[in-house]
Amino acid sequence: MAGIAEKVAPLNNDEILRYSRHLIMPEVGMEGQLKLKQAKVLCIGAGGLGSPLALYLAAAGVGTLGIVDFDVVDYTNLQRQIIHGTEDVGRKKLDSAADTLAEINPNVEIRKFDTRLTSANALELFREFDIIADGTDNFPTRYLVNDACVLTGKPNVYGSIFRFEGQASVFATKEGPCYRCLYPEPPPPGLVPSCAEGGVLGILPGLVGVIQATETIKLILGSGEPLIGRLLLVDALAMRFRELKLRKNPDCPACGAHPTVTALIDYNQFCGIRGEEAAAPNTMRDMTVEELKQRLDKGDDLFVLDVREPHEYQICNLGGHLIPLNDLPKRVSELDSSREIVVHCKMGGRSAKAVDFLRQSGFSRVYNLAGGINAWAERIDPKVPKY
Amino acid sequence: MKILVPTPLRQYAGKQAAVEVQAATVGEALVALTSSYPDLRKHLYNDEGKLRAFVNLYLNDDDIRYLQNDQTAVKDGDTLSIVPSIAGGRC
Repeated sequence: MAGIAEKVAPLNNDEILRYSRHLIMPEVGMEGQLKLKQAKVLCIGAGGLGSPLALYLAAAGVGTLGIVDFDVVDYTNLQRQIIHGTEDVGRKKLDSAADTLAEINPNVEIRKFDTRLTSANALELFREFDIIADGTDNFPTRYLVNDACVLTGKPNVYGSIFRFEGQASVFATKEGPCYRCLYPEPPPPGLVPSCAEGGVLGILPGLVGVIQATETIKLILGSGEPLIGRLLLVDALAMRFRELKLRKNPDCPACGAHPTVTALIDYNQFCGIRGEEAAAPNTMRDMTVEELKQRLDKGDDLFVLDVREPHEYQICNLGGHLIPLNDLPKRVSELDSSREIVVHCKMGGRSAKAVDFLRQSGFSRVYNLAGGINAWAERIDPKVPKY
Repeated sequence: MKILVPTPLRQYAGKQAAVEVQAATVGEALVALTSSYPDLRKHLYNDEGKLRAFVNLYLNDDDIRYLQNDQTAVKDGDTLSIVPSIAGGRC
């Protein structure tokens, strides 16, 4: 106790009042509050998980909070990213988050990193912090965060969400397993839908992000039983919390006895993402929304196939024939292969898969509407809502 | 015994969160599950028929990799959880 109190500047009277409910609790007390003040936590992402995480860490008095984010606030974020408000739409998430945090607790030093986390900057960044809290939304960054945590010896406070289900754990501590012990390899791209495709219940990142904040604070205080070697599963719909045992894999490529991951790698390649090559339009099978509009106006015989889900069709539609992507194999007989078919979804991902499937099934005149109905709403008909 | 199906895979399992099967081992339970819901197969197994590396199976709260994998014996009242990796968060 004397040790830490000597090294850190003591709390001033305003801080003592602010943290009163911590200070009167023996589990935190003055010693714990000074540990929080001295702690440096890096939040990867200021989105769904990062919002509650950073808000509570700032309120609790974590001395230095780093945030890595390169994104801009948009309207679809506001349903769950409570660190941002309506007036912040269009601002950098980093600036919006920093303003909110400074308002909650001006004693916190906010360090903004306006960048994408990459293999080139992760190690240097992580070395300046004690704990890394992973609130990212994609597999390449998940593996990057994990490996960089293992290589720098920083605990990885992990949270992840999908629709109404979440996972949380603490990875990469000295004694515990890492993310790769649990999942040695990522899923191939396209097999697991993203939040933009699959949706997410707005309160779920609240639940999971607060669990991450709790674990971060426990690690700083050195008290309680952290989620090391345990995977917490949260099902918000059933409101059920389950816990699975995790083990450190002695053959883990990152944290095992003979690691093969000794430096950061190309995580997009590791996750099978081809980058720009995949994103480039394929003129052989893509149709732009402008082209579709022109063709329809001309009165061309085009069959519009909508491969979204019925509840999405209710939000907005182009009057197309609805067959959800997963039903396509068993309902393919509803389509006439002699007609020209334009397939669309929300943003172009699912419809690309549908086009692949239909071409393999012998449909030759089938095209993917690039950018989906959202591109139509943006560039052709503003009366169609974007979602 | 009961098999718990995670959200991303429910669309391939008749939208069910849990499926009851009769089986003596984990392997038999999975065969019973994928015979009832063949669409699940490609999400659980790769082309070589091996369980995919981003899908873990837990018998009650234990990873079957640290039990006897497919050969692990199961009994009535056991729960087999399918736990795939999910990545969402910043989005």
